[in-house]
Amino acid sequence: MNFESVLRALTAGHVEVTGVSTPRPNELHCRVASSQIVHLCDILARGLGAELILMAADDRRSAAGAFFVHYVFAHRASDWFLHASAHLDAARPELRSLAPSYYRASRFEREIRDLFGIALSGHPDSRPLVKHGFWPDDYYPLRKDAVRTEFTDDGQPFPFMPVGGEGVYEIPVGPVHAGVIEPGHFRFSVVGETVIDLKTRLYFTHKGTEKLFEGREPADAVELAERVSGDTSVGHALAYCQATEAAGHVDIPPRARFLRVIMLELERLYNHIADFGAIANDTGFAIAHAHCYRIREKLLRVNKQLTGSRLLRGSLAIGGMARDLDVPADLSAQVGAVVADFDEMVTICTNNTLLVDRLEGTGVLGAELARDHGVLGYIGRASGIDIDARRDHPFAAYGELRFRVPVFTSGDVKARTNVRVEEIRESAALIAQACRQVPAGPVQAPAARPEPFAGACGIVEGWRGRIVHWVMTGDDGRLHRVKIVDPSFFNWPALSYALEGNIVPDFPLCNKSFNQSYSGNDL
Amino acid sequence: MIRYLAILAQTLAAVALAPALVGFIRWLKARLQGRTGAAPWQPYYEIRKLFGKEAVVSHTASWLFKATPFMVFGTSVAVASLVPLILAPSDSFVIGDLFAVVYLLLLGTFFLALAGLDTGSPFGGMGASREMTVVALTEPTVALSIVALALNAGSTNLSQIVARTIAEPSMALGPGHLLAFAALFIVTLAENGRLPVDNPSTHLELTMIHEAMVLEYSGPYLALVEWGAALKLLVFLALAANLFMPWGIAVSLAPAAVLMGLVSFIVKLAVLAAAIAVLETRVAKLRLFRVPELLSASFVLALLAVMSTFLAR
Repeated sequence: MNFESVLRALTAGHVEVTGVSTPRPNELHCRVASSQIVHLCDILARGLGAELILMAADDRRSAAGAFFVHYVFAHRASDWFLHASAHLDAARPELRSLAPSYYRASRFEREIRDLFGIALSGHPDSRPLVKHGFWPDDYYPLRKDAVRTEFTDDGQPFPFMPVGGEGVYEIPVGPVHAGVIEPGHFRFSVVGETVIDLKTRLYFTHKGTEKLFEGREPADAVELAERVSGDTSVGHALAYCQATEAAGHVDIPPRARFLRVIMLELERLYNHIADFGAIANDTGFAIAHAHCYRIREKLLRVNKQLTGSRLLRGSLAIGGMARDLDVPADLSAQVGAVVADFDEMVTICTNNTLLVDRLEGTGVLGAELARDHGVLGYIGRASGIDIDARRDHPFAAYGELRFRVPVFTSGDVKARTNVRVEEIRESAALIAQACRQVPAGPVQAPAARPEPFAGACGIVEGWRGRIVHWVMTGDDGRLHRVKIVDPSFFNWPALSYALEGNIVPDFPLCNKSFNQSYSGNDL
Repeated sequence: MIRYLAILAQTLAAVALAPALVGFIRWLKARLQGRTGAAPWQPYYEIRKLFGKEAVVSHTASWLFKATPFMVFGTSVAVASLVPLILAPSDSFVIGDLFAVVYLLLLGTFFLALAGLDTGSPFGGMGASREMTVVALTEPTVALSIVALALNAGSTNLSQIVARTIAEPSMALGPGHLLAFAALFIVTLAENGRLPVDNPSTHLELTMIHEAMVLEYSGPYLALVEWGAALKLLVFLALAANLFMPWGIAVSLAPAAVLMGLVSFIVKLAVLAAAIAVLETRVAKLRLFRVPELLSASFVLALLAVMSTFLAR
């Protein structure tokens, strides 16, 4: 990849970048003054069509006397990345906000403000994002010198923007729900049954996951990455491994690359099938739910047979695989049988007009809204966004496999369901191809010590969408900072917009069709 | 005197049988979905468990909240004593009037909606508002579909209607009769919170109708509400079974007739319960705003049933 044109565009826009390097063929790293970030973003996002996929701050006051903020831009069509770092004053860190001109940066910046205490100048939204009201004012947990103190909920209500007018009332739901699901608070403003506004309050499951990575040996953190979001063990662990491998310039043996594909697709399969059943169940069609759970159980047993873990944990390692997997000769036949079983359920459901009526036109997320929010995964693909990291930024063995990326344009619950159905078929085909092509050989490359304080990214198309892990090690080779972006981080705000104008009893159905991770978002 | 005792006995039998009816539907649905499911008598354990638990009552709740479970259960028992279940003694026995039945059923629902509003919980209010929308459309249909039969029988006394249908079986096969049955069956689903109107087994608080109103209840209060709801379902199914297919019901108090009445009652309930289970497995829940369309259709069926009684003369 030649970055001449990118650099020329930056120079033409009077953005001065320093320390330019290309640590990996399609990755440009540079430093930029924090005052020029807005221009840089403008040129990259508007001029060149790249998008911001990750923003991370790191506290390097002890080593370099400054806070750093890193911006990772990705260009999907030509698969290149630009990694820009800006340093901020250690005593009074302040960041020029991108949010007024580029919404996708907004929540990253608010997260940085809450967790690092970095002030934002020009940010239109002064509300905290991660922080719940009762956190001590000067407690910024991701600063290296943060002292953990005991604090508890002060019981004060959290203010929501009131919605006024005749006949408008509020329905508060959660964070404790009637079903066994993760916690989130939803505040509906409704007229009759029609939702005119929905505000979501998350971060009830904020566990300090990113902080837990810090100070670990990179190899010891794979287990932690598997647990970022319980249903995405492979997705997150793989993204973490890839980031660390990129940092250390490790080449993965071919057999490991194919085994990784098989694992990632198995994870996609069991989650998509369970989701399909759950969507049907939310329309009251319980029989689909019962059967999809039965089919999911079959897949979990396949997982167990392959890796020894029903949720595919414990097999990935930095440099390849923790151990070689014995791929059963009939794996693709088993998966094929499962998908045939599932297809029968799909036929039953699509022939049920009552069910289809509930899905059609419900929770429409328009293409423009979806683009503005940078919506990922099946939610984006249901709203006409042709995005899939497996194709756009090939990783593992995806560059050597053939698959189709299903895209629908109606943006409703039905489209989100159909994307899943199509992807299930593609996944089965991918597993069959990978099983045929997987070569014999070693599965683990020797680890290399990464260059200190050089950020590196790992990108994976998990079943929910693009997962990005960003890893930076310190002088001692231990993890200095790990930033995780689960697709739900981008997708959560879009739910409120998809729901506008729908009726309250259709919310669970919309929500299920989005099926976002709380844990992956709250970290 | 013996007649009163007989009515009392059949009411008690209905009260005792009601949880098993709900349990049977749940069990059959589970089997149809390929699950093992809890045994049909599971609701008895649940009721016993709830009676042994402490009731938690919101600080903002008034006397209404505590009185409602008794109203719900009481009206259900009262209705059960008015409708022909096992016995339908035909001679000048005054109780068992159509209008008494309809309005008693409404009374229980009315109190349940008030109690839903009483606690100030948003779900209670939401459930109450939805329930009132549904009830406003179902109650006229209940009355009208039975009126269609009453016109033929020349009496609004339910026992008289039964007697008349037994006496003239050809009437039962008339179009009016079948239309009225279809109307009453749809209304039975709506009134008792079954699919496709309401989902009795959902945990999604935002989609509930009946469950949303009773969300705040716990312990013995909840037991009474649940038991009352089960009894209401039994009463509706009994109406559908005995008014439209009365054969087997005991018209005298002879032991053989009563035994026959009991057996046929249970068989008819089981058949209707199985129909509900199959239906609930086959259909999905309607979008809330489609529910009035379904209920209006059932009202039209009932209206046609009434008209056909005039035309058939």
